[in-house]
Amino acid sequence: MRNAAGATIRLALAVFAVSISFAAAVAAQEISVQGIDADMKILVDKFTKENPGAKVNFRVVSYQSILESLPVQLASGQGPDVSMVADWGGLARYYLNLRPYVDAKYFEREFAAILPPMRGEEPRGNAINGMSGSMTLNGAFVNVTLFKQAGIALPGANATWDDWAAATRKVAKATKTDMAMEMDRSGHRFASLAISYGAKLVDENGNFVADEGLKTAIRKFVQWHREDVMPMDLWGAVGGATHRDNFQDFLNGKVVFYFGGSWTLNKMDSEVGDLFEWMVPDAPCGTSSCTVMPGGGAMVAFKHTRQPRLAARFLAFLAREDNMRAAIGNRVSIPVATTLVETGVEYPGASAPLREALASFTRQVPKIPPAAYAFQGWRYQRAALNSMTTRISQVLTNELTVDAAVAYIKKDVDLAIQAARK
Amino acid sequence: MTAINLQWSDRSILLLRQAAALPARLVEPLMVVLQKVLGVARLPWVFLLPNLVVIALFSVLPVLINILYSVTGSDNLYPSERHFVGLANYATLLECQNYLDPSTCSRDLFWRAVGNSLVFVPVQVAVMIGVALLTALILNRRIRARAFFRGIFFFPVMLSPVVVAMTWVWLLQRDGALNGMLGSLGFARVSWLTDPARAFKWSIFVTVWAHMGFYMVILLAGLQSIPADIYEAAKMDRASPWRVFTRITLPLLKPVLLVVFILAVIRSVQTFDEIYVLTGGGPGSATKMIVHYIYETGFAVMPRNYGLAAAASLMLGAVLFVFTALQMKLSRGGRDA
Repeated sequence: MRNAAGATIRLALAVFAVSISFAAAVAAQEISVQGIDADMKILVDKFTKENPGAKVNFRVVSYQSILESLPVQLASGQGPDVSMVADWGGLARYYLNLRPYVDAKYFEREFAAILPPMRGEEPRGNAINGMSGSMTLNGAFVNVTLFKQAGIALPGANATWDDWAAATRKVAKATKTDMAMEMDRSGHRFASLAISYGAKLVDENGNFVADEGLKTAIRKFVQWHREDVMPMDLWGAVGGATHRDNFQDFLNGKVVFYFGGSWTLNKMDSEVGDLFEWMVPDAPCGTSSCTVMPGGGAMVAFKHTRQPRLAARFLAFLAREDNMRAAIGNRVSIPVATTLVETGVEYPGASAPLREALASFTRQVPKIPPAAYAFQGWRYQRAALNSMTTRISQVLTNELTVDAAVAYIKKDVDLAIQAARK
Repeated sequence: MTAINLQWSDRSILLLRQAAALPARLVEPLMVVLQKVLGVARLPWVFLLPNLVVIALFSVLPVLINILYSVTGSDNLYPSERHFVGLANYATLLECQNYLDPSTCSRDLFWRAVGNSLVFVPVQVAVMIGVALLTALILNRRIRARAFFRGIFFFPVMLSPVVVAMTWVWLLQRDGALNGMLGSLGFARVSWLTDPARAFKWSIFVTVWAHMGFYMVILLAGLQSIPADIYEAAKMDRASPWRVFTRITLPLLKPVLLVVFILAVIRSVQTFDEIYVLTGGGPGSATKMIVHYIYETGFAVMPRNYGLAAAASLMLGAVLFVFTALQMKLSRGGRDA
């Protein structure tokens, strides 16, 4: 009887030990991943099929959650194992360096442009902090129908911002359109204009640069508002860091030229259709370059993960050419990886204008200067963007002069850096 | 049949009484022990304890945490990862060569927000109380559909401030309803929110529109508490309406008016949501108020400067504390009278 009881206890202990080790084994193959795109589930399912035993808990979150909740989660040592991030450089201190786990040469070749900005304060290091299959780009949308109605030729491939301002003003006047040009109230959008006019924004030591390029861009921007080329409803109507867009104006044919970004392409296709002819022109030029700011999300793993190998394997899987090609084709987005930019991507189901617009956006990728990537990956980029938005609006309402605004932007960013480092 | 019903009714009352007494019976032994241990004088603290715990957790602790953040620096969230900086955050906020010229201050936007609030609060409170009093006086008279109008004026109070502000944005924007109406009447469109002075006035209007109903109800209750025979006596003496208002209504309404005044000032200083949605503090910084500055500094701008935001909020808290103490004193005085 005593033997039977002992055997039962031993059996129970053995079962318990096996179940513990099994649970541990299962846990050892499990990661949590979050993104904003439900389509990623297709790739997650494919990954788990190719990696039996690996479990990926995928959840879709809002973009706002990525911007506001994720930094707080990471600051408190929480958060998923892998996530999409929007603030590439700002969160770099939390990223897992994938170099020991992935084919480093492949990552360096395919993501050469985005790896330095993802290193945050150490852009010249050799860390591989993540990948980005697709990107968003700032860019202009032009109502071609209004140009045709006005009988005015579209500015050419190397047209400057001034050329566009002059042409759209004429078109708006001839067609009695409400507005000639509009730009989202966003420091990121304004940075495209500033870099085109030679603004460096951030130097090699990670300090903000308030140079003549920035001043010139602000002067032009203010002048366009004073001349009614741009309405006050966006930059002149609100204060602080508030983001505001009026893309609805472009959809409703109330503006000739709208400077927004590639994320509205699907909206253009579905809501405008063939109501009017539209196009995405080449990036307007300044005195320094013809460029737009890159943006969008990157996928990263975090240092706090207990499964660095699996997290890295998952990111390497996302970075595989066939997977990136399929994801970009489905999502109708702009590729980042060198091979895809060079060879192009098929967009099954996309309309002709949409395909043309995507091709136009993709053509801008190689033109993006290092300054734009450096600024995009800078840890204190948000401080600069918020300050630019705030101070430029103050110039528009005559609270500040351009020179004072530039001095304030510099001071705001320096104080933000100082406060963060304090 | 009625007798049976009564019996049932009596029984159910009895059952309910027994059920209600059950918790008291259950805790009675514990109370006896506590009374023996603590004594009768200290026993009330036991009853106050649940409330004290709630107040400590949700009021005192956040204030203490706020103080801790205000004397520490860095953009780290965990207090253990933040460094002690003493009163540096307060000094940064107060650093100014000329307080009348915000551009000479280290944090010019804070002082612009202070300046805006100093204009906004008195004007908004004066308009608020004036309109609320006028409405209460009208709705205190025997007019047609009085209950309907009372409901209508109170309705905005029940709406979310964001809903209120969004509604007014749609009305006031370039292609909004107001410009649509002006256009249909042959007038030119007006930029209601892009002109700093106009945007400031609309901020006052929208906040008054949204909260006036609340104060109107308090004043209405105050008006109804004034004995009718005083008015009848005044009528017999052929006192003019203005004299009745200045010599009877206003003096007797004074305690209520004081409470309304203090509440309105506190609410006005705290104004944030409606203006944030309506103008985002703009154009420029024309409608940026103190709470807006605190929000932007602590939560909207990266890297987040929790220390500076905490220092600014504690300074605002000190101002509100003065008003709250005043309100408590006045309301107590009113009650004693």
